[in-house]
Amino acid sequence: MQATRARPAGRGWEWFCWLYMRISAVVMIGLVLGHLYFMHIVNSTDTISHEFVSQRLATPFWRIYDLVILLFAMSHGVIGTRGIIEDYVRKPGLRRGLQWTLYVLSAAFTIAGIYVLVAFQPGQLSR
Amino acid sequence: MPTAKIRVKRFNPEKDRKPYWADYEVPYEPFDRVLDALHYIKWNVDGTLAVRRSCAHGICGSDALLINGVNRLACKILVKDIGTTISVEPLRGLPVIKDLVVNMEPFFDKYKQVKPWLINDDPTPEKERPQSPEQRELFDDGTKCILCAACTTSCPVYWTTGEYIGPAAIVNAHRFIFDSRDQGGQERLAILAEKSGAFRCRTVFNCTDACPQGIEVTKRVQEVKRAITVGGI
Repeated sequence: MQATRARPAGRGWEWFCWLYMRISAVVMIGLVLGHLYFMHIVNSTDTISHEFVSQRLATPFWRIYDLVILLFAMSHGVIGTRGIIEDYVRKPGLRRGLQWTLYVLSAAFTIAGIYVLVAFQPGQLSR
Repeated sequence: MPTAKIRVKRFNPEKDRKPYWADYEVPYEPFDRVLDALHYIKWNVDGTLAVRRSCAHGICGSDALLINGVNRLACKILVKDIGTTISVEPLRGLPVIKDLVVNMEPFFDKYKQVKPWLINDDPTPEKERPQSPEQRELFDDGTKCILCAACTTSCPVYWTTGEYIGPAAIVNAHRFIFDSRDQGGQERLAILAEKSGAFRCRTVFNCTDACPQGIEVTKRVQEVKRAITVGGI
């Protein structure tokens, strides 16, 4: 009787993706609301300048905050888009092609994003 | 006697290149079902119409059809309840053999994948295997399934590639997974955790809407997902 109630040993990649979508969505609600609050309510988008961004990225907190949003948003988006492709594209070749295009493009965007966040030198241009 | 216009999507693979709509004026009594209207056409107008039915009373699940765009049993729906223009099509997502008859084999192949029989290696008891009403309640809903395929063929994910195991197979797996007398729950949950399994479900709710037995299909699928994730209901 007990055995029937336990979860199976191998739960697999699909299960992980499904669960990850839910967890990342909940985490991002908090992160994105925090971002909106800070960028649009505490500060105004009218006053965003290079100086403001420099100051913000001078603190490790905001760098890590933005990095976490970037990684969650990109991975959440990739898994979601992959699901849409699987649900709607019938031809196996086209399906694989679109999925690999998705993976390559999003990897490029993620790397570019990480590069900007890590390599940015605060105050460099304002000198 | 009032008449209804019945539009039937017909297809004879030996003659037609693609399916076409055929219209029939059918007289109906207040308590005639869509199946009676199809009988009228077959018996009085055009005997070549192919339609599958067996018990004609909502038990055998042979005459699930796409009626006015929704999967229904033709024997359980009254003409007077759905208007005087009624479209009748074969179930989606399964190959059409002729007119309203589809090949159910792909559907039953999915069903067989979840091992829909009692798995219990204990020695056969002298009497029955006792079960409390509460234990029965956990899987009672799924036992009502008549395998008509109305749920699975209403699912957009199933339409795409037919790779998805489909709600009917999941409900029938659920019926054993949550049965206290069964010991194959792990095996079945492992099958449903695969790529073709329960996590392809997008909670569209078409299946729950289509079920002629009133099974809460989507809820049962969600319970399977939860069992895979955290165990138990």
